[in-house]
Amino acid sequence: MPPLVSFFLRRLASALPVLGVVLIGSFLLLEAASGDAVDSYVARSGAMDAEQLAQLREEWGLDQGPLYRFKAYACALARGDLGWSTAFERPVSSVILERLPVTLLLMGIATALAFVVGSLLGVIAGARPGSIRDRILSIGSLALYAVPGFWLGLVLIVIFAVDLRWLPVGGIETIASGKSGLARLGDIAVHLILPVASLAMVYLALYLRLMRDRMSEIWRDPFVKALEAWGLDRRRIVWRHVARNAVLPVVTMLGLQAAAMLGGSVVVESVFAIPGFGRLAAEAVARRDTPLLLGVILCSAITVIIANLLVDLAYGKLDPRVRAGR
Amino acid sequence: MILWRQLNWEGRAGAALLMALVLMALLAPLIAPGDPLAITGEPMLRPFALELHPLGTDRLGRDVLSGLLHGTRTTLLVAFFSAAVALSVGSIVGTLAGFLGGVADTVLMRITEAFQTVPGFLLALAAISVTGPSVPTLIFAISLGNWTQAARVTRAEVLSLRERDFVAAARTLGMRPLEIAFREILPNAFGPTASLAAISVAAAILIEAALSFLGFGDPNRVTWGSMIAEGRTVLRAAPYLSIVPGLALVVTVLGVHLIGRGFSRAERLQP
Repeated sequence: MPPLVSFFLRRLASALPVLGVVLIGSFLLLEAASGDAVDSYVARSGAMDAEQLAQLREEWGLDQGPLYRFKAYACALARGDLGWSTAFERPVSSVILERLPVTLLLMGIATALAFVVGSLLGVIAGARPGSIRDRILSIGSLALYAVPGFWLGLVLIVIFAVDLRWLPVGGIETIASGKSGLARLGDIAVHLILPVASLAMVYLALYLRLMRDRMSEIWRDPFVKALEAWGLDRRRIVWRHVARNAVLPVVTMLGLQAAAMLGGSVVVESVFAIPGFGRLAAEAVARRDTPLLLGVILCSAITVIIANLLVDLAYGKLDPRVRAGR
Repeated sequence: MILWRQLNWEGRAGAALLMALVLMALLAPLIAPGDPLAITGEPMLRPFALELHPLGTDRLGRDVLSGLLHGTRTTLLVAFFSAAVALSVGSIVGTLAGFLGGVADTVLMRITEAFQTVPGFLLALAAISVTGPSVPTLIFAISLGNWTQAARVTRAEVLSLRERDFVAAARTLGMRPLEIAFREILPNAFGPTASLAAISVAAAILIEAALSFLGFGDPNRVTWGSMIAEGRTVLRAAPYLSIVPGLALVVTVLGVHLIGRGFSRAERLQP
């Protein structure tokens, strides 16, 4: 078997029990929520008398024990049926599929920005631990790390959208602009600047700190002393040896932060009125749409698992000691 | 006071900030008596315009300073207790997983992993959607996504302690396994877990703020998040209504991070 395939299979095998636990958890949530599928059906289709209600419950297997209901729930999920969204009056899966790309785009750009800028600034700070540049960047990142993303979003709106009028206040594109092709892409990009900035800043600060702290530890390693004793160019030591080793924990952190960033997108998307996956979660709770909320939770778990898989693959590429499939 | 001397400037700055916030929370009913949600003046007063309302009033004419002071109480209360619950639950789960090993370990760690896979903020939202928003349910909801790190750290520590001599001695003394786990191992494994306290408190503050910003906070209490949301409706006319409570949030979280860093440095100095 090719190493990559066996790697994927092994990861799938370890992800299944986790998804199973998430499934049980969301089923318990469904049971705990007030009202069942029949109630939401009635809310949609109008009045029904008690006899009809009981009949419908029997038909859908809702009068059976919890084990039977769980089996039915799991079987429906296995077929890709996430249930019916009462708020949108559409299947949950179609609502989620419509909303997911925007959020993945937002998260992807924010992650890339935070990683690139954060680790570059981290290298600048960590190149000479204790220097003025290091101190300024360390204090700055500590302050930035304390800023809630949604509030940063509001501040950015006040500055760049209300006062300076450089950027749009919210939304994902200009409504009914009639733009297409590159013009539309540019329009979306302009709309994404502020949300990406407010989502990325916290992680930028985190990666900066991580990179800087790891680098200052590596400087104390004997192998760096040996390189210095050899008279290797300092810039070469910083980039090729210290920074390269320090970036590995940052890459690990990228995977660990995928879940947190998805959570952060809930609020940021609400601030910027972006019709994304994260805002869907808030809408589902506000409109008491339990099937939709569960669908969102399940899909975000899958998204996080896939993100971690990608990070592990990248890690294998970066660190010769760890190779996927071995 | 010995503690104070061990702290570096970061820890001291953080401790001072948090002391000030705790004082604000305790003295809120004295400095700003009455219900902070009550309408006490003209709406949309600018800050520093009237002595009666030093920080102005919001869209409905509620005093901003009073909201800010009383908001400190909610923030600190929810954050402190949810971090405490998260650390306790995490260290109990971690101890059980590490000490029992085998099937129990596998099951508990799979559950932990599942909780880590679902974003903590979504877990909190889901819990709130079932229980409804109030201070105790918020504490519960926020700690749902916050305990996993403590469980992992405690488990790792327990695994390294399990084979030590003092555990063998306890076994020879005839202590029951669970007694050993919780009276001998857990207290020794708690150090590294306690260093997560600052991160947990900071995360809890931010989640609580985000929840109440979205309108899922306790409706009967004033919180910084709800003040930001309230100010957002008049963002063009009065941006300071959103900016001021947000600054309070930043200062609080910064204080928590600073004190956390101070403590971890102080601990590292010990032999």
